[in-house]
Order: sequence, then C-alpha cells, then structure tokens
Amino acid sequence: MSYTIEGKTGIWEIVVGLEVHAQIVSNSKLFSGASTRFGGEPNSQVSLVDAAFPGMLPVINKECVAQAVRTGLGLNARINLQSRFDRKNYFYADLPQGYQISQFEYPIVGEGTVEIELQNGETRQIGITRLHMEQDAGKLLHDQDPSRSFVDLNRSGIALMEIVSEPDIRAPEEAGAYLRKLRQILRYLGTCDGNMEEGSMRADVNVSVRKAGEPFRTRCEIKNVNSIRFVMQAIEAEAVRQIEIWENGGEVDQETRLFDAARGETRTMRSKEDAHDYRYFPDPDLLPLVIEQSWVDELKKALPELPDAKRARFQQEYGITSYDAGVLVAEQITADFFETVAKGRDGKLAVTWVTGDLFAALNRTSRTLEDSPVSAASLGKMLDLITDGTINGKIAKDVFETMVETGDEPEDIVEKKGLKQVTDTGVIDTAIDDIMTKHADKVAEYRSGKDKLFGFFVGQVMKETKGKANPALVNEALKAKLDQ
Amino acid sequence: MSLDIATTRRIAKLARIGLADDELETVRQKLDGILDWFNQLSEVNVEGIAPMVGTETEAMRQREDVVTDGNCQEAVLSCAPDKSGPFYTVPKVIE
Repeated sequence: MSYTIEGKTGIWEIVVGLEVHAQIVSNSKLFSGASTRFGGEPNSQVSLVDAAFPGMLPVINKECVAQAVRTGLGLNARINLQSRFDRKNYFYADLPQGYQISQFEYPIVGEGTVEIELQNGETRQIGITRLHMEQDAGKLLHDQDPSRSFVDLNRSGIALMEIVSEPDIRAPEEAGAYLRKLRQILRYLGTCDGNMEEGSMRADVNVSVRKAGEPFRTRCEIKNVNSIRFVMQAIEAEAVRQIEIWENGGEVDQETRLFDAARGETRTMRSKEDAHDYRYFPDPDLLPLVIEQSWVDELKKALPELPDAKRARFQQEYGITSYDAGVLVAEQITADFFETVAKGRDGKLAVTWVTGDLFAALNRTSRTLEDSPVSAASLGKMLDLITDGTINGKIAKDVFETMVETGDEPEDIVEKKGLKQVTDTGVIDTAIDDIMTKHADKVAEYRSGKDKLFGFFVGQVMKETKGKANPALVNEALKAKLDQ
Repeated sequence: MSLDIATTRRIAKLARIGLADDELETVRQKLDGILDWFNQLSEVNVEGIAPMVGTETEAMRQREDVVTDGNCQEAVLSCAPDKSGPFYTVPKVIE
C-alpha cells in the first residue's frame, strides 16, 4: 500500500528528499587543531582559524577524510579520489569567516544506496546523490539578554558530512525508516554518534506533492529538523499545506521553511530569502583533495560488519527469523550481547531469552544493556543449564528473576535454592502414586474417557515436586500409570 | 557586458554593502568595466581543459587528528566589538 493524501481534486502523492547533516566523530576540527568535545566552556575550543582571524590558513584533518570515505563505503557509494573545497558565501553571526568551506562541484563521495525496511516487511532502495564534507557553524544563544545574541564558536569548524538523498521517498514512514537506517549505519561505522538531541545529526527536508504520473512540482525545504518524529510530522504538515495551495488555484513558492513542532505546522523563514545565492567559488586556500585507491581499499578492509550483513548472517548462522535478527542488529550493543549468549548454543533459545525475558527485565528496572543486571556470559551459562537438563524451562524463569535481582551466577542460584531438575524416575513415580491415591475419583473419570484431566495430573505432580520435575519424564510416567 | 541597476543592487545586498541610490550608477559602471576586462578570457578556447585551481601541482597537505590548538579564549575574544563573559555578542538575530 502506498501513501497518498486525498484532496478535493483527487489523490496526491508526496515526493521527499533528505539532506542529513552528520557531525563527524574526530578529536579535532576539520581544518584546525581545536577540540571537538561537546559541552566545553564557551569559546574555549576555538582556534584562531575557527574564529577567522586574518591570515589563518586551514589544514585538513586526515581522519575526517577517512571518516567520510568509510561512510561512503557503508552507503555502497562511489568514492571520488579527487575532490575539492569551495566557499559557500553568506553572512550570519555564527559564521565568522563569512563563508562556509564546503564541497560543491566535486564532493568526496558520489552515488550510493540505502535499503530501508517498512512496517509491513517490504524493502525499498533509497538513492544517495552524494556525500560531502563541510564546516559546522557556531552556536547562537538568544535567551541571555533582551537585545543581544551571544555567540559560542566551540562548534565552529567541526567537520560535518552532508548526506543528500535522491527524491525517492514517498511516505513519512519511509523518511523515518531512512533516517533510522542511516543513523544505524553511521553508528556501526563509528563515523557519527547519531545523537539528534545534541544536534550531531539533523535533517533538511525537501517536500513536494504531485498527482500520479506527473513530473515533480515545486518543492519547499524545511530546515534543521532535529528528531525523526518531527521529520515525519513536518512532511505531512507541509504536504497538506501545499495541496491546499494547488487546489485553491495557487502556486507553491520555492522557499525555505521551518517546522514549528508545538503547532505542528511549517512556516516561512524570511531571513533565508537569498539563501540560495551562495556565490560558490573554489577556496583558494585549499588545493584539491587527492586520495589513493590503495588507502580507500585499506579503509574498506577494516570496516566493521554492517547491519544488513550482520542480519543475514544471524539468520543463517543461528537459524533465527528475519524479524528477530532485525531487532538484534538495531543496535550494535544488542547484536554483540546476543552473539556472546548464542555462540555455540541454540540460537532460537538465545533469541527468546534476550529479546523476551531480558528486554522485559531491562524495561521493568529502567536499565539498558550497558548496565544490564545480567551479563551475556551469565545468561549463556543459564542456557547451558537448560540444555543439559539441570533445570527445566519453568525453573529457568525463577532462576533468571533471581539473577536480575541479585546479579548472582545461575549455577550458584540453582545450588543454593536446590532447584536442580528431578530426573530420578523413582522420585517422580512416588509423586505420581501419591497424587493418584489422593485423587482416585479423578483417576476414575480419566479412565472413563475424560482425557482432558491429563493436564490436571501433570500440574499436580509438578506442584508436588515444587516445579523441579523433568516435564518430559512426568508426561511419560503419568501416561503409563494412568493408562494401565 | 552590461550590468543592470537591479543586479548591482542585489550584488551589493548579498555582500552586505549599503549603497545609496546616487552611488549605484557609479558602482554599476565600475563593476561593468571589471567584468568586461575579465571577459577577455572567454576568447581563449578551453574546450576539454580541466579548471586549474592552483599554481602548484601537488595535492592538499593533511594533518593528523590530534588536539593542538584552542584554549585561547582571551585571544579569540580580543577583537570582539562587544562581549559578555565568555561570549561574543551581536545585535539580536532571531526569527
């Protein structure tokens, strides 16, 4: 089912492309040796290059280039061995240079693709147009003084990757899936922390609408949306606004807008009237950026396993479903945890415990995997106890709860509480005999054809053995005795 | 080459240069002259020649990713026309 909006004049579809700004993980800035650490004393992590003092010259950070290349490889994109930096000219108080050093004509990364998965399990390919490097701007604080804005340049000059998608997105849900997938890839690669609250990943959203089969109509750009939920809401609000204009005989202006989350609507940004006249020209301070194919190959060899590959391997190696594998690889830490638990064990049993009991326990105790009360190694040992018959599945639940509460090792809990599974047929037989004597009437009923009572007897025997009896043995012995 | 008044006004605005109406024509003529002069370059046939971005043939120098600079707040703020505590300040810019 594709996403459409019904207007007065018929059915409309939406066309969306995203420009994602992702802060590159590095120690120092793109063109200066100042620190990139978040939350430092204002204007302390600023070099005279970042503050645009006269005569200061930019020198590129090799690691930032490597991070951009890694990201390009992770997006299955073409790496351009020659790229160049240009000046994007505009005046704003957070940009001391009066221009942003960016890559316009010759970006470091060309076309690529990202595969997204939708709720209904369908997958789609979203094209990547390009990825280029550029400088971040400083930060303005508007709430410190009635007539002045305060400028903090700590962020000024930090390396950004701008990742531009093709206008391939056709639904708010697809935009959400694309952003989640992109963030996941960046996090796996370690090239951006993907933290949208701190602003290290933010999106500009291009939206237009059209009737089926039409060419593209005029688009609007919604700037700087800082959460996935807001991106989805902004697309819908903007699409509805544009449809209304077209249907009332109007014309949509190409303009820059911002999303007001409190009101759930977009509005025009007047200050950006001239925003598209940047008068780009090659930065005369910077020679072309030339990298070697052999270096790109080295970086490629050292890339971590990416989510799609990991998911396929999990399904194959551990025999788990595509859905479960998807849940496990969503975060690298979850994938690693699962793999420690599952290695050399029953993958299906492992996934049930990790995504079922463990996730529930984390939820209940408001914890995350990082400070999980049960380590992957301990959970693995508990699975061993189930597999080798030391405890049955029901007792395992109790053992697990105790592990969550105390952090004790499973074998110690079993030992201390005497929870070892009863596999001694003599003990089981005695229990069965007792129960049959106690409930002679029910035995008679069962024997006269009331088969359903079998479950009742199993329950009684398990109760008698405090849940520790091996269920398979109980079933077998009960059947034999009752059917005598 | 003939630059019109509207374009001249727009270029001035983009560069944040305030021009009075009676200055516009003079500036227009001067810019026009500069453009004409540079336009001589279009007589050269550059078909199939890659743009030259520098006189050197070597590629960009790269540095290692280590923190070697910063922690010079006082120097950074030394040229600020107006400041408050650790911040530069500017007339309020907000939408």
